[in-house]
Amino acid sequence: MASTSSNRLSTSSTRPGRKIWSTTALFIGALVFLFPFYYMIIGSLQKKPDTSLKGAFPTGGLTLHNYAEINSRVDLVRSLLNSGIFTGGVLLGTVVFGVLAGYALARLHFRGRGTLFAVMLLVQIVPFQLLIIPIYVMIVRTYGLADSYAGMIVPFLINSTAVFVFRQFFLALPDDLFSAAQLDGAGELRILWSVALPLVRPALLTVVLLTFIGPWNEFLWPFLVTKDQSLQPLAVTLANYISNIAGRASNPFGAILAGAVVLAAPAVALFVVFQKRFTASEISSGVKG
Amino acid sequence: MSPASRRVLGRQPLGILFAAPYAIFLAAIFAYPLGLAVWISFHDYFFAAPGATVPRPFVGFENYATVLKDPDVRQSFLHVAEFLVINVPLTVVLALVLATALNSVTRFKTFLRVSYYVPYVTASVALVAVWLFLFSKGGMVNQILGPLAPSPSWLVNSALAMPIIALFVTWKQLGFFILLYLAALQNVSKDLYESASVDGAGRVKSFMNVTVPGVRSATTLVVILATITGANLFTEPYLLTNGGGPDGASTSPVFVMYQKGIEQGNPDTASAIGVILVICVLAISLVNRKILERD
Repeated sequence: MASTSSNRLSTSSTRPGRKIWSTTALFIGALVFLFPFYYMIIGSLQKKPDTSLKGAFPTGGLTLHNYAEINSRVDLVRSLLNSGIFTGGVLLGTVVFGVLAGYALARLHFRGRGTLFAVMLLVQIVPFQLLIIPIYVMIVRTYGLADSYAGMIVPFLINSTAVFVFRQFFLALPDDLFSAAQLDGAGELRILWSVALPLVRPALLTVVLLTFIGPWNEFLWPFLVTKDQSLQPLAVTLANYISNIAGRASNPFGAILAGAVVLAAPAVALFVVFQKRFTASEISSGVKG
Repeated sequence: MSPASRRVLGRQPLGILFAAPYAIFLAAIFAYPLGLAVWISFHDYFFAAPGATVPRPFVGFENYATVLKDPDVRQSFLHVAEFLVINVPLTVVLALVLATALNSVTRFKTFLRVSYYVPYVTASVALVAVWLFLFSKGGMVNQILGPLAPSPSWLVNSALAMPIIALFVTWKQLGFFILLYLAALQNVSKDLYESASVDGAGRVKSFMNVTVPGVRSATTLVVILATITGANLFTEPYLLTNGGGPDGASTSPVFVMYQKGIEQGNPDTASAIGVILVICVLAISLVNRKILERD
């Protein structure tokens, strides 16, 4: 898909040298974008912070001391486990209910389909943060779900973007497939499970990747609902460490950066491995290929 | 199935069952809270023990009046305006230029794309940590600048705190907007570029006359989404500037909502801020669509 269009702009430029310039400029930009990540890792490995330019390219003396330090200040394993449970719960809800809703919106004619689709689009423009007060009132004050995984997960249980992606993929499947299955006497649930779902496996991966970074990186909501440290995801534990404890530590930045590396690594690793899935055209074009 | 029930429920009523969890979720986590926010904002609302019935008298626009008179609230809205003035133009220009360039490169494509997207998939909390390290008083940026380093330093300087936050968010979110533009660029007709080059248009000219108008609807979306990001601002002022400092120079409306609603126990005024914020976002979105979709 992308390869057919990759030469588009070069057709309008007459001199081949220009391409080298733009690639070079993109490279420099890319290094600027990546530098903070590199510096995060280097900083996390230095026992004493060296903030001079030379310190960014150390020749030795790197140590894992800061990782031990942050682990002694906050329970890393516990926080990672909490992040995992929070993210896993959101993923499970999003995939199960998202597939059902996406399939219904794409393939089934039922009363209220148009309304549901309109509301789904509307949800995208009213951002979650603006609803924090009423949702906080509901979850924490009315239902008493503070300091629980349920309280963390519920507001993110189904991701509207994921429903939309599933709908687009199901919509792209050929009609004949469904009429054939219906002629064979298969029920809707069976058609969904054994005909449609295997064909939209790429959508499952896309949705899992898109949904993963939400709860894994989320700070504000788990920060509001969890006061109990043993339930906080890593993003919250690390943020609390940054704002409260860091001042008293011997090399606060080293420990903070070590925590940052641990928090960033899973999302970055997943993204790098599956980066092809992160193209918007892939999402919008469905399963054409 | 009888024709009558088919008329009421639709041809495939099973769809109702399939869509029900999502519909209930939208009602419970979107529609109801939105209504509740508006309701709370018109009442004298305070937190009570679960299950306790307490009087919550209707107070009309009193919460709104309180909020609009509050200098902290006004300031927080001005800060977002400042944020948007820096963030939105920078985002639109950089994302479109980078997407155009990325679209045309053939070598190292994967490496280049990954480099620009990776901040987007990384947690703000983790990225904030590096920026704190880079922009602290003795940090690398000041080490390089030497005597040119600002005093007071970046994040504790009331004139520089908000621009740094805007820069941070631009860097963090840019990958997502590049993605949107890359998708939009696939729909710009190749013939237009060819006829532009036949007409002797150079690269800059064909960019201005073909690419920019060709991705106009994507630009509308980018501006709206960037505005929503600005309206949502919380984590960055909270962590980068240690709670909206210095002296409240980098507070945001959501941050003030958090302070007033949850820390100080005034969900009614906090809800009023939320409602005003939603109205502002909708107004900006509408105006933006009107301007960008003209002619």
